[in-house]
Amino acid sequence: MSGVAHQASIKQVGTEPNFLIRLWRNKDTRSIILQILTMALLFAFLAYIINNAVLNLAVLGKTFSFDFLGFPASYDINQRLIEYTSQSTHFRAMLVGILNTALVAFFGIITATILGFLFGIIRLSNNWIASHIVYCIIEFTRNIPVLLHILLIHGIIVHVLPSPHQAHTLADSIFLSNRGLTIPDPIFGEGFSFTVIAFFAAIGIIIAFARWARKVREESGRIYPVFWISTGILFGLPFLVFLLSGSPLVWVVPELGRFNLKGGITMIPEFLALWLALSLYTSVFIAEIVRAGILAISKGQWEASQAVGLQRNRILHLVIIPQALRVIIPPLTSQYLNLTKNSSLAIAIGYMDIVATIGGISMMQTGKEMESMILVLSIYLCFSLVISAFMNWYNRRIKLVER
Amino acid sequence: MRIIISLVAAFFMASVANAGTLEDVKARGVLNCIVNTGLPGFSYTDKTGRWKGFDADMCRSLAAAVVGDGEKVKFIPATGKTRFTLLNSKEGDVIFRNTTWTFVRDVDVKLTFLPTTYYDGQGFIIRKSKGVKSAKELDGATVCIQTGTTTELNLADYFRANKISYKPVPIESNEEARKNYLADRCDTYTTDASGLAATRATFDKPGDHLILPEIISKEPLGPVVRHGDDQWADIVRWTVYALITAEEQGITAANADKMAMDKSNPNVSRMLGSEGDLGGMLGLDKDWAKRVIKAQGNYAEIFERNVGLKTPVGLARGLNALYTNGGLQYSPPFR
Repeated sequence: MSGVAHQASIKQVGTEPNFLIRLWRNKDTRSIILQILTMALLFAFLAYIINNAVLNLAVLGKTFSFDFLGFPASYDINQRLIEYTSQSTHFRAMLVGILNTALVAFFGIITATILGFLFGIIRLSNNWIASHIVYCIIEFTRNIPVLLHILLIHGIIVHVLPSPHQAHTLADSIFLSNRGLTIPDPIFGEGFSFTVIAFFAAIGIIIAFARWARKVREESGRIYPVFWISTGILFGLPFLVFLLSGSPLVWVVPELGRFNLKGGITMIPEFLALWLALSLYTSVFIAEIVRAGILAISKGQWEASQAVGLQRNRILHLVIIPQALRVIIPPLTSQYLNLTKNSSLAIAIGYMDIVATIGGISMMQTGKEMESMILVLSIYLCFSLVISAFMNWYNRRIKLVER
Repeated sequence: MRIIISLVAAFFMASVANAGTLEDVKARGVLNCIVNTGLPGFSYTDKTGRWKGFDADMCRSLAAAVVGDGEKVKFIPATGKTRFTLLNSKEGDVIFRNTTWTFVRDVDVKLTFLPTTYYDGQGFIIRKSKGVKSAKELDGATVCIQTGTTTELNLADYFRANKISYKPVPIESNEEARKNYLADRCDTYTTDASGLAATRATFDKPGDHLILPEIISKEPLGPVVRHGDDQWADIVRWTVYALITAEEQGITAANADKMAMDKSNPNVSRMLGSEGDLGGMLGLDKDWAKRVIKAQGNYAEIFERNVGLKTPVGLARGLNALYTNGGLQYSPPFR
């Protein structure tokens, strides 16, 4: 609307014959005209696409509606974090899919970050063998498409590992077979809540302790082994409370049934393959980002730190990494987004993520292609926006505070 | 500049799906036929890359009717999940991909199902070494299924009705399912019984595997076309009926020409175009049915050559015998 009004006003003023040309030559008006034209084209394009979709749906005799989300899904899902049966609705199936995507993305991001920082730092170490082994790992991994990593790891699990009856086992409680990794299932007894409370209390104590230690360090220069003490508190305190409250925890050890291991928690091969492949693949990119971040800090910083007598670990911890993080975080965010989106390759091995549930079986069984794909797209968009928002917040927090 | 303008124009005139599949196929000169990515006996590629099988041959029969040459087929391999999208986006003209006719697909997904070419039911295959004799003993088993199919839904229903549990492993294609089953990723694989027989025929030791006696569903498999193009649906429908009637009347690929000349049997004469013009009513020519039969033979010839008892798949006619032999294959009259 504003575009039309704008052009109308131009015409009224235009008395001189070369007025339009003069408008065009004026830098400011030209940019406004171009912007209006771009917007108009964009809207025309969108209108065309939507019109095309509506028309084609009408020709096929299909309606556009999300009612199907309330109908029973009628199919089963092998990995579900919430209650779900074949009588649950398509909406519930979608939630199961969302949680499965979130699960693999969450664990993938954590593992990729840990591995990535390790690789990145080892890559810069003075140990020739270590740095070159990591160099080979990085080059090998990042030059092969992630889909092949997923298929390779899945293939190894399914074809190389033995069947459940001959499963590799650790102390007869952890089993590894071609049906996945099965671990004992913890059953929490009465009074376990004390341990949980102790755990959160430990976190609180650690935060307080870290602040105090920092203050002491800044005032007096005394350094406490914060990491080790924190670790001690984090595990020691809940464990102590756990013992005092009478060990209210029972492990249900998996047993061999007729076909499968019964009881315990099983990580299915599809989850393992996707998780490991995405972590490994993304970690080598993170390694290079970490390396770039560290190398971006000028040599003078190292030399200055050495001059005041700091050890290599301390230099990294106190001087280099805090500065390097400012370089590392923005590209790291992209890697997290990539990992999350790459998780949709789950379809290749039948991991029941969003694409396989609502964008796959539900879509197929109801014939609601348009609606299902809109849902899948919006869900990925939400995932990405949440991750971006979190990383941007973190980026602002660590950015250089000028004094 | 002119190229850009014409490209933009072409883009904005982009398709609105409508009737007229027959015109499209005739103009193209090739039938786009959606088939299974690989199911021995039904649709698969041999060593030379040629598509073979029960469904693939029916594509050729249809191409012979419409384009005039049974070899003018472009095979479009599709998984259980992609087939309807490929059809609705006009990538393919027809689906010949062991597709089950169901209420929801027919009514709500807006597909048009044509005569059933193979009456099937869902079964289970399992290693004999597992010692299972009935599907009811499968409590706790891991089951491989092709995702996006009716078998996935039947499976959930069957285990629920029998109050036993299972772990599904959803898989894209029959070939992948076969690999996973052989690697013992799953204890049992479930799909249409014909598919199980066809898949078992490709195992190194087919004798080590048992198809369980329970058939847990009805799976009428047949061709599918887009909703709303009745003329095209009629052509596919009567092509299938021509194959069945040909068997009934004893018309084969070898004797079709001779039978057309012989005017003693009016039923045969009408179908083969030596009397009246049924082909013209379909928008084809008089000889369409003759070409259909000459391309790949009649229903019995196609069945026996691809999946019959003498093939590795080794299926008996069973429900798929003519109604005169106690089966369900029955064609309305050509008149």
